[in-house]
Amino acid sequence: MTVEVTRTGDGLRLSHLDLFFVELLRQIPVSAEPGDSDAARTRLYPPAARGPGAAPANEEWRTYVHPELKRLFTTATDVVREDLEAFEQGGETNDDWAFEIPAPHFDQWLNVLNQARLSLSARFDFEEKEMNQNGPRTIETVRDLSLFQVHFYGFVQECILQDLPG
Amino acid sequence: MGNGETTIEKESRTRSELDLPWSVVVHNDPVNLMNYVTMVFQRVFGYSKERAQKHMMEVHQHGRSIVWTGIREPAESYVEQLQSYLLLATLEKSQ
Repeated sequence: MTVEVTRTGDGLRLSHLDLFFVELLRQIPVSAEPGDSDAARTRLYPPAARGPGAAPANEEWRTYVHPELKRLFTTATDVVREDLEAFEQGGETNDDWAFEIPAPHFDQWLNVLNQARLSLSARFDFEEKEMNQNGPRTIETVRDLSLFQVHFYGFVQECILQDLPG
Repeated sequence: MGNGETTIEKESRTRSELDLPWSVVVHNDPVNLMNYVTMVFQRVFGYSKERAQKHMMEVHQHGRSIVWTGIREPAESYVEQLQSYLLLATLEKSQ
């Protein structure tokens, strides 16, 4: 399994993708959704304060700030979902797909990749040592696959970060 | 006269409570990438790369870093901005 990353000037081109990676990329918007996981929702929409006496401030935060965060995350996800419709098949085989992340959308991509990584990590309660390794050696369970997703999305984030101006 | 002075005194006390220094605290999480956290500190606070990296390392090594201190209103705005980048940020009254 290899992925080639090229900086094109207009964005970041991921090529030589097989269907496995194509599907992982297509799953980004779905993975970004906290769904029915309270842990994922709490991680994406954290409180404003911690400790005793924080309840009133956090209630206000839920009322006024969380809807704004939700609007921002949804807008970014819509941009990424639209970009993900532009996969190109390089040849007749199913292991040569390509895809370009447009430079003007880098911020939205960083945001949605982060939503997805945080949602998955909270949902599966990954430990710090799992995050610090290079990902699972074999994929046998949904949890393994999700951990691989978190690491792959982190790799894409690193590529975007290296390409950001400044 | 006496009543007026009491009112002013109360108002100034309330005002000073509101203006207590507030800290913006960023907490560690094992998911956000170090380079990403550094970039966010640079963008939100306009910090130099060196200063942003110092705070990032503090979060990473000590579990938290006070990234800004000041009056409540901008502190809340900074926490909201940091959360929009998905960092674990909270507001605390400074000691």
